Amino acid sequence: MTARTTPARPTAAPEGVAASGVDLFADAVDLQAVPVSRVDWRPPMDGTTDDLAVVAADPLRRDANARAVQAMLDVQAVLVDVAPASEVLGLEAGQFLHAGPPIAWEAATGPLRGGLMAAAALEGLVDDPEDAVALFERGDAVSLEPCHHRSAVGPMAGVVSPSMWMFVLEDPASGRRTYCSLNEGLGKVLRYGAYGPEVLERLRWMSAVLGPLLARAVKATGPVDVTGILTQMLQMGDEAHNRNRAGTLMLLRDLAPALAESSADAKDVADTLRFIGGNDHFFLNLAMPACKLALDAARGIEGSTMVVAMARNGTEFGIQVAGTGDQWFTGPAQVADGLFLGGYGPEDANPDIGDSAITETAGIGGFSMATAPAIVRLVGGTVPDALATTRRMREITLAENPRWSIPVLEFAGAPTGIDVGLVCRTQILPQINTGMAGNRAGVGQVGAGLVTPPAEIFPKALAALARRTRERAAG
Amino acid sequence: MTSPPLAAPRQHVEVRTGAYADSVALLQVSKDVAATAGVSSAQVAMATPLNLEVLESMGFDLPATTPNDMVVALMLAEDGDVQSALAAVDAALAASSRRGGGSVEEAPTRTTGRALAESGADLALISVPGQHAMVEAMDALDAGRDVMIFSDNMPLEHEIALKDVATERGLLVMGPDCGTAMVGGLGLGFANTTRPGPVGIVAASGTGCQQLMCLLDAAGVGVGAALGVGGRDLGSQVAGRSTREALRRLDADPTIELVVVVSKPPAPEVAAELREFAASLSTPVHLALLGAGQPDLTQAAEAVLGTLGTSAPDWPAWGGTAEGTNGTHLRGLFVGGTLCDESMLIAAAELGGIRSNIPLSPELALDSSLSADAHTMIDFGDDTLTAGRAHPMIDPTLRLDHLARAAADPSTACILMDVVLGHGAEPDPAGALAPAITAAIETARAAGRDLPVVVACVGTESDPQQLSRQARTLAEAGAEVHLSNARATRRAIALTGGTR
Repeated sequence: MTARTTPARPTAAPEGVAASGVDLFADAVDLQAVPVSRVDWRPPMDGTTDDLAVVAADPLRRDANARAVQAMLDVQAVLVDVAPASEVLGLEAGQFLHAGPPIAWEAATGPLRGGLMAAAALEGLVDDPEDAVALFERGDAVSLEPCHHRSAVGPMAGVVSPSMWMFVLEDPASGRRTYCSLNEGLGKVLRYGAYGPEVLERLRWMSAVLGPLLARAVKATGPVDVTGILTQMLQMGDEAHNRNRAGTLMLLRDLAPALAESSADAKDVADTLRFIGGNDHFFLNLAMPACKLALDAARGIEGSTMVVAMARNGTEFGIQVAGTGDQWFTGPAQVADGLFLGGYGPEDANPDIGDSAITETAGIGGFSMATAPAIVRLVGGTVPDALATTRRMREITLAENPRWSIPVLEFAGAPTGIDVGLVCRTQILPQINTGMAGNRAGVGQVGAGLVTPPAEIFPKALAALARRTRERAAG
Repeated sequence: MTSPPLAAPRQHVEVRTGAYADSVALLQVSKDVAATAGVSSAQVAMATPLNLEVLESMGFDLPATTPNDMVVALMLAEDGDVQSALAAVDAALAASSRRGGGSVEEAPTRTTGRALAESGADLALISVPGQHAMVEAMDALDAGRDVMIFSDNMPLEHEIALKDVATERGLLVMGPDCGTAMVGGLGLGFANTTRPGPVGIVAASGTGCQQLMCLLDAAGVGVGAALGVGGRDLGSQVAGRSTREALRRLDADPTIELVVVVSKPPAPEVAAELREFAASLSTPVHLALLGAGQPDLTQAAEAVLGTLGTSAPDWPAWGGTAEGTNGTHLRGLFVGGTLCDESMLIAAAELGGIRSNIPLSPELALDSSLSADAHTMIDFGDDTLTAGRAHPMIDPTLRLDHLARAAADPSTACILMDVVLGHGAEPDPAGALAPAITAAIETARAAGRDLPVVVACVGTESDPQQLSRQARTLAEAGAEVHLSNARATRRAIALTGGTR
């Protein structure tokens, strides 16, 4: 959008008019042979009219949003290390992180409970995952905390325990870091709530072999430019949420030489290459912290209406906004609409879960659906739907990310930076591509599809922004 | 043999939550549905308090609603069937939504900001309901664009906030409640087509601006730009925020030789600032401020012509009307607020206090019946009569209803009306009004009375409706028609006074 500095002479004809409201006046402009762009205006979400006006008039808003967007776009994410959570997050025995806004065991649904049960067994707090139920019910020897509160993000259940190895991403300019666990693959895995013996066996191998090997490879290779890989993969048909195939292979390309040259056991190297290469989602766990690193740069900008996190814990969907500190605005998580694996159906699906909506918050995933026609069927859509989705997300975002350009949309940038006000005004909700976990602990993945946040959390966030604006105005 | 019981009219009322269409679109939908076989009357409207009142007066029983709901109210004829009537509603709603035609991928934009970003338009035109207009207008200012806000009922603090931002960024906010503007030959809102020329207008009054443009056009003098600023701009709270920017713009334009500011009287301290600011400009500024003892708009136009070295023509008039009357009261029925004001100012000097919904002083206010045993003048374009309803220049229903009532009232001595032409107005307002004028005259005659009807028809020959063609239609219906509202008012006063 170009801002004009010198207004045109009032006797010079306008080049075009944007018309909102009564069609008749747009018709009149049309009849006078001046191009007119008609706005499909409709009333905002219930109860938001006054708050929208207050926030629109906030003298801080425009500049605050410009700064928030710029701060986000300026961040470069590089992979600098792979290390246990106990070291990099300071997690101690009995401390567990989880996806989404804060939640207690009592309110947790199947996949989060299953993930915690697996993690408790992995940490040796119980011998049998089933025994962990009593441990969490008692609660005195364990604690739960959102990944987001420790600069981390967790896919699906997002459970992190001290012995799990984490990717460490850094913004070279600021030195800030974010973290994410290593991707386990698909099917019966902890993040989808499975806790069987094969789940624990895989997790132990990841801690014993995969993590240390990756750490050596990253150190030998030097920082890996995750932002650069994201840029390329978006042009290669990955939207970096439900499809990460190109990104995973590019990561493998970067790390494979160092893995081969390491003095590690050849079988361990081969297993590592096979595990990463065979898991199309491996790069997701780098895309997520890269997005968080960028969005965290926009946190705490007073007056900004930009969303800096969307996350779900399987019970509630929560958002955080740049202008409202670390406050969560929450509502009930929805069940995704999509396709199911095997004999599973909608009755088996748990409400939406995971921190992976951080990708949509940053403008990829569902927001960049147009770039990933190969997976539109996986999430239950069509190619025209995908193009329409990305175009629709422009309506609720503050900017287009010039780094993430989408070839099929004439290389337009990904719609980036969700604006709480625009969501309330247009009633368009962010579109999220997601996996679906089974609603019973232990089941694992049951499908994948599309989901949106509960609408009411945006008016809640708007009300908080308006309250701050009023308080500031009152001095 | 007993007569069959009278079939009670069957009504069907449903509330559609989350549905929205603008008042003009719904007016057309209601008309289309009412014309459907099996439907005796129909109203599809947003559930604003005014519309609910109208629906109740039509005999509908209404459930609880919020103003964001759409109400579909159908009165079915004896042979009517709900399903086919509802099908007609849906068809009419679909037809009214011309924007639904694009492909899935090219959905229309939902905000003014998005439309500006995608289209490269350099001006925004906002006519959404007043409480929502500020947010859309702020989009334009954020994009560095000027904005015209037609919407009325905008909270004052929204107007001030917008204009403060505009001042900071050197942008122009035309409105809110700006009925008319013309920028580079493009008419916005209700606007007449005039020849281009050396006069620039700053208007805190839509129909006042239109009257001035049309009189100048009839005198052969063109207008280069007319910048509306909204009716409150020269009040003490808004304090001329937009007027100053508009004057600055016109002063900087080398093709503008003379600027006219047309408004109701500003707050005294704002008037003083305005005079001082105008004096600081290099282009001469003529202040045409309506008020008791001040020149009317026709006299203001004549003064402008004098300054430009042109003499005023004989202002055009068409037809004649009955000279006699048995009534005592003058009834003014206006769509233009400033025209109503001007007529009240002129008439008050001759006839004393005029009762009105926009009275010159508070004790003259009419209650919601809009009638009194006195001289009355009603502005049907006033905010309170347009909340959630189309402007009377588009939707003549309320005024036609009052015309019939005035004709039936034996105390009515003369009816004075305005018809405003131009872009945005009805395609053929005279065509709709003429039969009602003839019927009014005949109603009176059947009761043994003469009923003079005088019309001010504000327009130009280049308007889509064409001034002379509209005026002739009204004259043939029995009205006396003037281009000058002041002239029309003086004739109506004379015709009213003729019986005393």
